[in-house]
Amino acid sequence: MPKINYKSNEFLVFLVIVAFVIVATASYPGFFSIPTLFDLLRNGIVIGIFAIGVLLVLISGGIDVSFTAVAVFALFTTTLTVKQLGLDLPWPLVFLVSVLIGMGLGLINAVFIAGFRLPTLIVTLGTLSALRGFLLTFVGSQLISNVPPSMQQFSRLVIVRGTNAQGFFYSLPWAFAFLVGVVVLTWFLLTRTLLGRNIFAIGGSLESARRIGINVRLTQVFVYAYVGGLAGLAGIIHASMARVANPFDLVGLELSVIAATVLGGARLSGGYGTITGTLLGVILIVMVNNSLILLGIPSTWQSVVIGALILLGTGLPSYQAKRAARKAG
Amino acid sequence: MRSGPRGGHFREQDVASHPLAETGNSFIRIEHVSKSFVGVNALTDVSFAIARGQAVNLVGENGSGKSTLIKILAGAETPDEGAITVDAEVHASLDPRQSVARGIQVIFQDFSLFPNLSVAENIAFSLELAEGRTLVRRRHMRATAERVLERIGVTIDLDIRVEKLSVADKQLVAIARALASEARLIIMDEPTTALTEREVRSLIAIIRRLKADGIAVLFVSHKLTEGLEVCEKVVVLRNGHLVADAPASEFDAGSLAYHMTGRRLAETAKPPLAKSSPAIMSVRGLSRAGVLREICFDLAHGEVLGIAGLLGSGRTELAKALFGLIEVDAGKLLVDGKRVPFGSVHTMIEAGIGYVPEDRLTEGLFLPQSISRNVTIGTIDSHAGRGGVLDRSGLRAQVSNWLARLNIATSDSEAAVQSLSGGNQQRVVLARWLAKRPKVLILNGPTVGVDVGSKTDIHAIIAELAASGLGIIVISDDIPEVLASCNRILVMKAGQIAEEIPGASIKETELARRLMS
Repeated sequence: MPKINYKSNEFLVFLVIVAFVIVATASYPGFFSIPTLFDLLRNGIVIGIFAIGVLLVLISGGIDVSFTAVAVFALFTTTLTVKQLGLDLPWPLVFLVSVLIGMGLGLINAVFIAGFRLPTLIVTLGTLSALRGFLLTFVGSQLISNVPPSMQQFSRLVIVRGTNAQGFFYSLPWAFAFLVGVVVLTWFLLTRTLLGRNIFAIGGSLESARRIGINVRLTQVFVYAYVGGLAGLAGIIHASMARVANPFDLVGLELSVIAATVLGGARLSGGYGTITGTLLGVILIVMVNNSLILLGIPSTWQSVVIGALILLGTGLPSYQAKRAARKAG
Repeated sequence: MRSGPRGGHFREQDVASHPLAETGNSFIRIEHVSKSFVGVNALTDVSFAIARGQAVNLVGENGSGKSTLIKILAGAETPDEGAITVDAEVHASLDPRQSVARGIQVIFQDFSLFPNLSVAENIAFSLELAEGRTLVRRRHMRATAERVLERIGVTIDLDIRVEKLSVADKQLVAIARALASEARLIIMDEPTTALTEREVRSLIAIIRRLKADGIAVLFVSHKLTEGLEVCEKVVVLRNGHLVADAPASEFDAGSLAYHMTGRRLAETAKPPLAKSSPAIMSVRGLSRAGVLREICFDLAHGEVLGIAGLLGSGRTELAKALFGLIEVDAGKLLVDGKRVPFGSVHTMIEAGIGYVPEDRLTEGLFLPQSISRNVTIGTIDSHAGRGGVLDRSGLRAQVSNWLARLNIATSDSEAAVQSLSGGNQQRVVLARWLAKRPKVLILNGPTVGVDVGSKTDIHAIIAELAASGLGIIVISDDIPEVLASCNRILVMKAGQIAEEIPGASIKETELARRLMS
């Protein structure tokens, strides 16, 4: 049995989620239901895949803000190419193309970060802006509203569907299985492979990692390619589920995703973070994003609430640590 | 370039008294190694040998070439000339992998550990890496860690994160990691800098165990005494030259200091001040639950007061309380006859108290910032002209004045403080306080991490400051330092002042005994 650390960020976020559910159910009894749960799971797919990627980068001691631009670049280019060539590719191949484009774009980040050793925030801010501009200028700025048939077909695949006693319809798409797959794969990578431990090690101390002979560059190249690949996957899932490829989509979401990851306990200084924490952070952010409207709170309040959660969720533990240190002299 | 007759004498004698070094029993021989960086000679024709299971003390001041030598052994630098013989195999140079494969492991001053990983993982990481594993074998890693810790007779919780360990335990983890990788020579770079007396004792016990196990140790330090008792041999570097290589029994602190600096450093104990000197600071009944009990003392104008105590005696808490860094439960403080309340750094500074912390690197300096910014930050307000615009030429004048007065060796006051040596960093901290014209200066471990030459210089600066009327409190567990610089010594134990000793009335060994008892 894993021990529960009652002082960890994970536990704190878990408590906030429970509190949120209680308050929400009290003011809107229909909240605590299967349809709400499935809504939450569906809305968590894309953010969840993004957040797992961000977690990896944060653990390695970097930060990536370009993943939304990578995702939208990959999804739009893939959809456009498949359509214009008139190919009837099955959806797994379409997804693969998008993932590969994402990886390729991630490698651009890797060249600057691992190759030229530039600060990760600067590099990814640059690629965020450049990729989006390139996409809109040279690839296209027209929304594609009839995506290829295989993508539409994917959007209709569901694991379960039904109607509850109140007559509300619910369904869980197969896309959710991708989130589960990404979680399992990344968990295995981080905790069971030496490559994963190398990622923790370079985030803990880059200099020490070099000294004991970890190939820091290769590890970084892997991290940014992996995140790029995940972004490509999240992007094409997003487009398939919405059945529309919008080149103006997704960009702007990056701070919410980073917020979810940080709320879950990953440190911006690197070396720390767990999958459980990240998923809890995602649940909280998605819940706030989707459910405040249900409670009759205007949507403009979402960002206020998310901001407050970040300040409390990450500020409180570090304030307590400081007080304890001062008390101890 | 051999300095003085004694240096040459030692070298000749070495051959006779150390047959080990000349027989096949030697594990590593460094032969005529030279290395220069952009025209500056870091090492010139250095030769010495290390036998199996032998502990060698490599001493030298900062900049003497110690680090270059370590890097050459670790394979991080390539020598320009000479050779390194390991197990009778001659190498013109080593690369990091070869060096590790031959059993050479370096424990750097910062230990190069991963704060976010567990003890077990830290110990076993390099081994798993060297074996080219793809998957993590947790149980195997734990077993490795257990086995190695048992070898040095230490128990540490294997699952705890390294960031939670004390400095001494971190060092043990670093030693264990070296052993896990089948080390045959462990190079320890300044292993005692951050350790208390007791921790140094247990480190020395561990080095003895390593030696008995057939593992050689290169103990690199600029502190004089510790290496002598555990090392068979002492090698002294000065300005890149090997100036002495002889059995440890032939050295004492005085002769070592002479070899390291090339000058005779005689420090004499200070007599107490005349009784009539007026008090500049008075402390009465200072208490804090669990750490300080009823502390009372006076500090006179121009006096250097030593507060000696072991780690945990309350010496650092006393300093922090006097500077308002921690709150107190009771007590009265008078500075220049005026009552000053405890608990705020700001009030203490206003009252004329300055504090140079123990760990100047983390608490006292803005390391990546320039020397001039570090010197002037404390007085920046007084340089604000009309509308709050800084008077830059005034600032520059102040900086160069202090650099000159404190002998800070730098060609560029805009260089980052972290580029300076330990001694010079300490001077920058001093300069910053002196620029504020304090009445009382509290120095916590003023020469921790500073080499012998700079140490003497800093003691001279302390004496000079006291002569100008400042009251100075030196807090330290470095007994020779307390004796050399203080007019009066208070011995602290368990949060109380156990004893007051007038300066120049006690011997080093006697003071050490009273501190420990």
